[in-house]
Amino acid sequence: MAQNLLKAASIVAAMALSGAVHAGASGAMLGNTCAGCHGTHGVSAGAAPSLKGLPTDYLKQAMHDFKSDKRPATIMNRIAKGYSDADIDAMAAYFGGMK
Amino acid sequence: MSNMKRREFIKVAGAAGAATGLGLMGMPMKASAAGGHVIVIGGGYGGTIAAKYIRLADPGIKVTLIEQNRTYHSCPFSNTVIGGLNDIGFIEHTYDGLASKNGVNIVHDTVTGIDAAKRTVTTANSGTMSYDRLVVSPGIDFRYDTIDGYDEAASHQVPHAWKAGPQTALLRAQLEAMPNGGTFVIACPPNPFRCPPGPYERISLVANYFKNHKPNSKIVVLDAKDKFSKQGLFQAGWTKHYGFGTDNSMIEWVSKANDGTVKAVDANKRVAITEFSEHQADVLNVIPAQKAGHIAHVAGLVNESGWCPVDYKTFESTIHKNVHVIGDAAIASPLPKSGYAANSEAKVCAAAIVDLMNGREPGHPAYVNTCYSLITPNHGISVAAVYDMGADGKVAGVKGAGGLTPADGNNQMEAIYAQSWYANIMGDMFSGT
Ligand SMILES: Cc1cc2nc3c(=O)[nH]c(=O)nc-3n(C[C@H](O)[C@H](O)[C@H](O)COP(=O)(O)OP(=O)(O)OC[C@H]3O[C@@H](n4cnc5c(N)ncnc54)[C@H](O)[C@@H]3O)c2cc1C
Ligand code: HEC
Repeated sequence: MAQNLLKAASIVAAMALSGAVHAGASGAMLGNTCAGCHGTHGVSAGAAPSLKGLPTDYLKQAMHDFKSDKRPATIMNRIAKGYSDADIDAMAAYFGGMK
Repeated sequence: MSNMKRREFIKVAGAAGAATGLGLMGMPMKASAAGGHVIVIGGGYGGTIAAKYIRLADPGIKVTLIEQNRTYHSCPFSNTVIGGLNDIGFIEHTYDGLASKNGVNIVHDTVTGIDAAKRTVTTANSGTMSYDRLVVSPGIDFRYDTIDGYDEAASHQVPHAWKAGPQTALLRAQLEAMPNGGTFVIACPPNPFRCPPGPYERISLVANYFKNHKPNSKIVVLDAKDKFSKQGLFQAGWTKHYGFGTDNSMIEWVSKANDGTVKAVDANKRVAITEFSEHQADVLNVIPAQKAGHIAHVAGLVNESGWCPVDYKTFESTIHKNVHVIGDAAIASPLPKSGYAANSEAKVCAAAIVDLMNGREPGHPAYVNTCYSLITPNHGISVAAVYDMGADGKVAGVKGAGGLTPADGNNQMEAIYAQSWYANIMGDMFSGT
């Protein structure tokens, strides 16, 4: 029982962190799709940059700049255009909240 | 979980542990509201990720991954082995990390049957095991009935190399043994098939090998299609590097309309036969038409197309309850049959299974696909897409997003990012091994 309560509390906390309040996919659901290129939980083993723990504002700005083609890139311009402001907020909270 | 089921589960878990000689569980189990047992069939691009991401989201769920091979050979980057850029070891991976870091119970065995009503799977050597939910990610099998004279036995002389491993090594060895001035003939399959750009990346990297080591050799592409994935980018690359379109082109592409469809093969003589002509090869590579992996057929998970219909929000089969199908075997269009798509589908499926087993409604899904291809070791191209599920439950590419490398794209950088992609997706699948 106590464990269930604890678990429920941690789910609520995780939801708040990942910004799951908006109607679309959660920050974790969206963020996990990036792992094929950026590594599990955003820890990259290659040339692609790591996303884990990036400051929330930085990740948001980067995604908006890719989306508007302000920031040149090989592939992120094409990817970033797939996400709404709310999606970007949710992903920024998800990666930014990682320890 | 009822007492009855829990007993059964412990029994199964014990049997599975004994079969592999591994411990029962690599990690201490945290208590969870749900518990339960998920079996995953197939430790490839879909199955490894489903197993791992269920454990990451809810370590109270026990996950058993049943994979027939001890070593996984990745199809992505197998073309670099065929083109002589990497050794076969570069595409070999083992399951130790999934066991030790994610607590996935690994059983190396072949699944021979699925009883969806009883929720059991039968294996060749480890008996029968029960599950609460089952994930099936067996990849593809070949429609050997579509090319006369080409079957499993013939593939030992004339490789398909469309499942990586010994077939990859065989094709590489044949290309190495081929004299300068020889002809490599490759038969490309009709849609839908695993990895739409894959044959054309192979052609590119074989051309790269010939250009550097056997420059008088030729490549004849016999295609069962009139157009192919990333065609403009591939042909521009072939023009730049391999003289495509000139009298001296290393690559000749014969489309379906120009009698490209291979109807029969003489494996002993290495001859590919189309409706109106015969093509003598020094090395012949035949990639036949495809269907969902054998076990999906045995288990009645396929429809008349030979592939498995699923619900896109959970990847649960629309034929059998509590059975989820992901990866190449699933009908997931507009997502292609690619490793990246299998990875993305597996994560949607894993999250849905964790939700369902905890009595929650599955959340809104998200999907991405990317395929990098190499035209030379330093010339990379890509296609990407982001998909969303609409209010009508249909999945479509987000308008304005995704697409191809632009014509003036940085191909050198994309070749570097292709390598990075491989390192990261392998880490995602095998947890660092
Ligand atoms: C040459 C080539 C290049 C490619 N390049 C790319 C690329 O660059 N990018 C990309 O995204 N995709 C690429 N792909 C596609 C990619 O390989 C597949 O889409 C991907 O492997 C699909 O994953 P899967 O889980 O469905 O099947 P697989 O990865 O094939 O895994 C299936 C697993 O199930 C096991 N299995 C099957 N039946 C049983 C059974 N009955 N019991 C136990 N185990 C079983 C098999 O042994 C296998 O390990 C390429 C494919 C080829 C052929
Ligand atoms: C196909 C591979 C691929 C996918 C998928 C992908 N990325 Fe990227 N990402 C890259 C590459 C490569 C770069 C470097 C910039 C470039 O050339 O595009 C990058 C750069 C970034 C950066 C800049 C980081 C920095 O340090 O400035 C951010 C932020 C980012 N990606 C976020 C994401 C998010 C969020 C997702 C998932 C929705 C994602 N990426 C999916 C390949 C990918």
